[in-house]
Amino acid sequence: MTPLLEVSGLRTHFTSFGGTRIVKAVDGISFTLNEGETLGLIGESGCGKTTTCLSIVGLLPTAARIAGGRITFGGQELTEKTSREMRRIRGRSIAMILQDPMASLNPLFSIYRQVAEPAYYHQAMRGRTLRRRVQDLLAAVRIPSPAQRMRDYPHQMSGGMRQRIVGAIALAGGPKLIIADEPTTNLDVTIQAQYLDLLKDIQRDTGVAIIFVTHNLGIVARMCDRMAVMYAGKIVEHGSVRNLFNGARHPYTRALLGSITRLGSKEPLYAIPGQPPNLARLPSGCAFHPRCPDAVPRCSTEEPPEEGFDDGWTVSCWRAAAEPARKEYDRTSA
Amino acid sequence: MGQFIVRRTLYAIATLFILSLTIFLVVRLTGDPVTLLAEPGAQEEDLAVIRKDWGLDRPLPVQYAAFVKNVLTGELGQSFNYEMPVSTLYFQRLPNSLELALAATLISFLIGIPTGIISAVRVNSVWDHVGKTVALLGLSVPGFWLGLVMILIFSVWLGWLPTSGQGGWRNLIMPAVALGWYFAASLLRLTRSSMLEVLRSEYIKLARLKGLPAFAVIAVHAFKNALIPVLTLAGINLVIMLNAAVIIEVIFAWPGIGRLLYEGIFQRDFPLVQGIVMEAGVMIVVINLLVDILYAYIDPRIRLTR
Repeated sequence: MTPLLEVSGLRTHFTSFGGTRIVKAVDGISFTLNEGETLGLIGESGCGKTTTCLSIVGLLPTAARIAGGRITFGGQELTEKTSREMRRIRGRSIAMILQDPMASLNPLFSIYRQVAEPAYYHQAMRGRTLRRRVQDLLAAVRIPSPAQRMRDYPHQMSGGMRQRIVGAIALAGGPKLIIADEPTTNLDVTIQAQYLDLLKDIQRDTGVAIIFVTHNLGIVARMCDRMAVMYAGKIVEHGSVRNLFNGARHPYTRALLGSITRLGSKEPLYAIPGQPPNLARLPSGCAFHPRCPDAVPRCSTEEPPEEGFDDGWTVSCWRAAAEPARKEYDRTSA
Repeated sequence: MGQFIVRRTLYAIATLFILSLTIFLVVRLTGDPVTLLAEPGAQEEDLAVIRKDWGLDRPLPVQYAAFVKNVLTGELGQSFNYEMPVSTLYFQRLPNSLELALAATLISFLIGIPTGIISAVRVNSVWDHVGKTVALLGLSVPGFWLGLVMILIFSVWLGWLPTSGQGGWRNLIMPAVALGWYFAASLLRLTRSSMLEVLRSEYIKLARLKGLPAFAVIAVHAFKNALIPVLTLAGINLVIMLNAAVIIEVIFAWPGIGRLLYEGIFQRDFPLVQGIVMEAGVMIVVINLLVDILYAYIDPRIRLTR
């Protein structure tokens, strides 16, 4: 089966100070996503998760450009598309849900208008058909009495409702892929759970594939089939959620899993020492080596290659094969 | 909405009260008007008579009360110099000033808003630099100097346009450009910064994610949001152009309110100066009130939360 999305060797660079300085926000990452599958993209802030997503939808800021690699979506090469062609893909086949539901709706337009826009521009729907469509979309994201609420403005709705409206907008074009960039970070915990359930239900009903960007591993365990762990613009470990939670091979993944709070646990919470590296001045060798508890001299001089294991599991670490997962980081109840 | 208007009106009345007190005291700092009203060589007794005629011998609180009473009746008192009600003088000149101010506003809109939008959308491009240069020139080149240069070029050398006075559209062009110039630059800068802020917002990102055409993103989603601060500025600009285009009206001999104010100040014509300042104050307050109501119309958040 050909995957729905195939990203291979993607490199996205930011140029600053008139081209004198290049920041490799995304530095040669590869992953695939099948129809109806959910991939979790994890990492600390500034590791290139959002830049990866914006590269896929073709909405990079002006200082950034795709310096290499391919993004193949449904058999089409997205890096070669013109902005006009990308616009057509964005409204229909690929949708994205942004982080902040309070800021992602236009305060001056009614909910109806904002949800209707994709159908208006892409499917040329008008009048009663359009109203019907908007009501269906709002009902699909469980907005109560959609016919009334669609006349409201964003400020009249709670954060959770607004994020569901954003979900309705994402669904409007009937997408094959939804990129959800930390969609629940700004929601209350109970609302988060509802929202995640909603996304799961939508996925079951429509078979849409989801890329879930987050730094919350609990969400990954709950939502995703596979996960890719990013560090300093690279994917350091990639595999099924079950495998990684049961015994991650990369020290960084293990450290992340060790820093989850667990109910009833008396062990102190693990904290990764140091700061995420400055992407403009990366350490030599493996970028994680200054913070790595398992580093050996080789780690600071040579960059580890990607090593493949069963089940599509890949790891980039010199110590990966030598060191099986340590018990204290392990989390079996995924 | 009703409560909102009532509260705004109360603020407006307080503002006008403070303004009336300030202008009343400030004009009295400019000197004694009686020396200018009397003929040269007049005796001290003659001056006292004039002073008594115009009520200038009364204590200041009494004079102020009389001024407030005149404002409330709408007559604004008698001009020392013209010996006519100030309101009559004001409304005689108003259509002329309105003609000039509207033409200048139109020019400032036509230059300022599109250039501001292009500058913001194509930030740091050649267009943005052109826009920034226009803004810099607009804010730094004084209108009167521009007026004089235009008179030199278009009237004296080329003979295309009349130097001064009021008449057809040919008389209007140069004063309107000289007056609108500065305001075009200020609108440009505000439109640019306001658009830049809106274009960085998440909802514009979402609009792009919907795959909307660039025109719909910029002209519909972004511009409507960016328009709010621009509207306030435009409203206040219009009042300033109407009432305080003193230098431009003097240079082009335009028979408007600005020139009336200029004469009033030179003659120490207290009621005239006070009256014009109060009219301008009332207009600013009313325009602000209208702009606030217009905001409420554009922005549903204001409509419902106040």
